[in-house]
Amino acid sequence: MITTKDIDNPLIKFVLHLGDNALIMGHRNSEWCGHGPILEQDIALTNIALDQVGQARNFYQYAAELISETNGEQLTEDSLAYLRDSWDFKNCLLAELPNGDWAQTILKQFIVSAYQYHLYQALANNQNEQLAAIASKSLKELNYHLRWSSDWVLRLGDGTTESKKRMEDAIAILWSYTNEWIDFADYEMIILGDSHHSIQQDWKAKIKSVFDEAGLMIPVDGWMQKGGKVGNHTEHLGYILTDMQFLQRAYPNAEW
Amino acid sequence: MKTFIRKMFYGDYGEEKNNAAESNSTNASKNEWPLWEVFIRSKQGLDHKHVGSLHAADAVMALENARDVYTRRGEGVSIWLVESKNIHASNPDDSAALFEPANDKIYRHPSFYELPDELKHM
Amino acid sequence: METSLEEQFQQKIDQEHKIEPKDWMPDKYRQTLIRQISQHAHSEVVGMLPEGNWITRAPSLRRKAILLAKIQDEAGHGLYLYSAAETLGISRDEMYHQLHSGKAKYSSIFNYPTLTWADMGAIGWLVDGAAIMNQVPLCRTSFGPYARAMVRVCKEESFHQRQGFESLWVLSKGTDEQKRMCQDAIDRWWWPCLMMFGPPDDESTNTIQSMQWKIKRFSNDALRQKFVDMIAEQIKILGMKLPDPDLKWNEEKKHYDYGKINWDEFWQVLKGNGPCNKERLDARRKAWDEGAWVREAASAYAEKKHTNQLNNSNKVYENVH
Repeated sequence: MITTKDIDNPLIKFVLHLGDNALIMGHRNSEWCGHGPILEQDIALTNIALDQVGQARNFYQYAAELISETNGEQLTEDSLAYLRDSWDFKNCLLAELPNGDWAQTILKQFIVSAYQYHLYQALANNQNEQLAAIASKSLKELNYHLRWSSDWVLRLGDGTTESKKRMEDAIAILWSYTNEWIDFADYEMIILGDSHHSIQQDWKAKIKSVFDEAGLMIPVDGWMQKGGKVGNHTEHLGYILTDMQFLQRAYPNAEW
Repeated sequence: MKTFIRKMFYGDYGEEKNNAAESNSTNASKNEWPLWEVFIRSKQGLDHKHVGSLHAADAVMALENARDVYTRRGEGVSIWLVESKNIHASNPDDSAALFEPANDKIYRHPSFYELPDELKHM
Repeated sequence: METSLEEQFQQKIDQEHKIEPKDWMPDKYRQTLIRQISQHAHSEVVGMLPEGNWITRAPSLRRKAILLAKIQDEAGHGLYLYSAAETLGISRDEMYHQLHSGKAKYSSIFNYPTLTWADMGAIGWLVDGAAIMNQVPLCRTSFGPYARAMVRVCKEESFHQRQGFESLWVLSKGTDEQKRMCQDAIDRWWWPCLMMFGPPDDESTNTIQSMQWKIKRFSNDALRQKFVDMIAEQIKILGMKLPDPDLKWNEEKKHYDYGKINWDEFWQVLKGNGPCNKERLDARRKAWDEGAWVREAASAYAEKKHTNQLNNSNKVYENVH
């Protein structure tokens, strides 16, 4: 096992946070592969999962480079994904929550896509060229993720009585995990600077406009969960890692 | 012959009243999302070409799925979609009447004309 | 001289003309094709499950991406094939109904469990390899939409077998445990793969008519032999063994001889008694049943939008002009 817990460099923390979000979202979405509500949508969600795994790899590769520059430790995308324990992971809690039904999965994906879309837009103009390059590339993918998930929020919110009910239930279950995305940690503030304001606003505006069109209500302000960004997770993450890291841990140092 | 086999094919839906969806007695496909035909332009300058079909509830979804299904390996730069029921197709029984009369109009082809060798590039 | 429709049909096929959906065809041809294409489509879709087991456990991010892409391809192949079958007048829902009720079959190979990571490699190399043997000749099958679907499928499949072999190759050069994992997977998948080509020619009921119609272009045994010859050579590169003491090059026949296949096991798995028949069908049914409200919601939404559009159509007309 390795740990990145002692790293204090905000850029490294930030890049790991981005990679972890992408990986854990991709992991959850990939659980749908072969089990989707219709073949076409199975393919669509798997596409998104593939994009997310791809984004995670880009961020981890960059993080590994940065870490090696900082302390000489030789890490790879795989050691970062497979050899860290849950306290090292900096993804938002929403990402690791179980998929639930299609409504919960869609809501999750929509909340995250709306965030990542605006985040990557901001990062595409960041002075850090490497970060800007990864963000620009990912932004094209996010365009689609956001469109796809927004369309589904509309279909479910404005579909049948049952689908509306399920969307409302999903909102009730997941809402307290939404604010963490825009409740920025110190390391995020340092990298994002002033752009964090517009990300917050654009994210809120996007959610409001899609919810309005879908006939869904945004809940009144209440308690919001957090902790993922500094490594305090839900119990679910441990099980994700148990699955994901099984081979790397059972057969240390093997090449696959 | 089993009842589920209905002799309805894509291209027929527009012509026939008693089409596949309506004549279905099993009610299995009552709620089936409509079928769409997908046409892809593989690069700028080429025609869109029929590549296959898919099911989608609406045109927006059909477009997104066509992208997911038929351009996974960068096969296209543009997509056209037509709901299958809107395609009107010629009937193979009419093929002789429709297409054979063109076969003897060989004077429509440039190779029909013998020209002097001195005349180049025409 | 007047020839019957049936004779004209056969003549077309003999001359390698493709049959298109609206052309006249014998009912039996249509039925046979629907059965064959839908079985094939079901195999692709059920086939996502054994590999899907390992997506979350793939040992590297690269392997995870490859596996996801591969399984997604299989969904795509299922879709191409369902579409081809639909041109014959059966709905996809009906085909699902046949699958879920146990009436339609799918390839028995997917009723075997995936127990270790090496199974992902073995499936790519052996199962996809066997499937490709079957599929390449089908690119020239007599029914146009089926042939076109197969061309697309074969184009995409070629990476599947290669990644499978590569994955096993890495294991074969790895630690002792990995080598063992590799051999174990080959041992478990080899015989079921040979069964994928179907019963021996003298017991196969559909072969003669299907060959005449060019729905099938080679016999089960011919394809099986071709597969054995190919794999018997390729396994040397892996430095592994096929679990068949009777496997031997026959100089006279210029083919490999191989041992007796346990056809009793084949029929048992086909009947539903394989290790995973129940899990596979249950998983498919569950996905379909739990997706019902989703599909209905999307239909209802599309319907609403359509109605709104009709109500607004005058407005649109004004906008255009």
